[in-house]
Amino acid sequence: MTSIVRALGAFGRFWKDFLIGEAPELFLGTLIFVGAALALHHHGYVAVVLLPLIVVAFLGGSVFRGRAKS
Amino acid sequence: MTTSTVVLALAVFGASAVEMVEALTIVAAAGVTRGWRSALEGTLAAALVLGALVIAVGVPLARLVPINVLRVVIGGLLLVLGLDWLRKAVLRASGHMALHDEDAIYARTVAGLSGAPSPATGRAGAGSWRHGRRDATGFTVAFKGVFLEGMEVVLIVITLGASSGHLALAAVAAAAAAVVVCVVGYLVTRQLSEVPENSMKLAVGIMLTSFGVFWVGEGAGLHWPGSDLMILVLVGVFALTAAALSFAMRRIGPTRQTAAVHGGRSS
Repeated sequence: MTSIVRALGAFGRFWKDFLIGEAPELFLGTLIFVGAALALHHHGYVAVVLLPLIVVAFLGGSVFRGRAKS
Repeated sequence: MTTSTVVLALAVFGASAVEMVEALTIVAAAGVTRGWRSALEGTLAAALVLGALVIAVGVPLARLVPINVLRVVIGGLLLVLGLDWLRKAVLRASGHMALHDEDAIYARTVAGLSGAPSPATGRAGAGSWRHGRRDATGFTVAFKGVFLEGMEVVLIVITLGASSGHLALAAVAAAAAAVVVCVVGYLVTRQLSEVPENSMKLAVGIMLTSFGVFWVGEGAGLHWPGSDLMILVLVGVFALTAAALSFAMRRIGPTRQTAAVHGGRSS
């Protein structure tokens, strides 16, 4: 039983590190991006331009935040 | 072969190569200090477990989950991973984060393993390789190194392979990268510290981010202009973004703390 709990804990930690890690803003940005993609998929070129811009904005913000933390 | 297939193979190959360079450093340290037999057995065992994971998780995922759901979820995972690699690569390229130093990792691992007693002889640092005996420590360290570094590769193989219907190609690209890294590592007989790991990570981060954006859009029902060719446009957009961010970060200069730390590289 203990080993199962330990394995589940390790599995949970792996996913937490993978998804959130040192930059939780990137995980948040991805969730917002997915939500925007689902909401905007009927809007053709607006979505094509806006979706990559969302990613660029979150990446830029995260890099500047990383600099401030360093 | 379509554009997306080529970019997919390159992305998996690059990501796998980066992770395998890191794994090779640990395996080399385990081999030198604890014996090559156990280190190679640990490596092989980890590679088999990782391969089994790809088959056990990837194949059912590709067959049972609706393709659009798969693309949104998997695209999201690729985006998280790609953005994290890009962020670190930009910060490292601009001097705001210490470079990943394989030499330091190798030296640390060797020092740690040299102090551990050998089950074969009971003496610290005794080279059981001389006797061709098995060494549990060497096996475990090599297994853990390859398994942990390989987990991201497995995720990339499963996510890229399952969402594009090219799981076998993705697995072959990852295996090819592992073989190339091992051969190069053997030929240069060092822990590949000269490999431009950050540049590779930057390139792979750009590709993973581009695939992530593309697959989430496709899965959400968006029709990208030019279909698969849009991946190349996205690669260009994120490459320019990374270049602009690196330039801006260099212009701003390192913070006082980072400048103090950057006397030498650290991992």
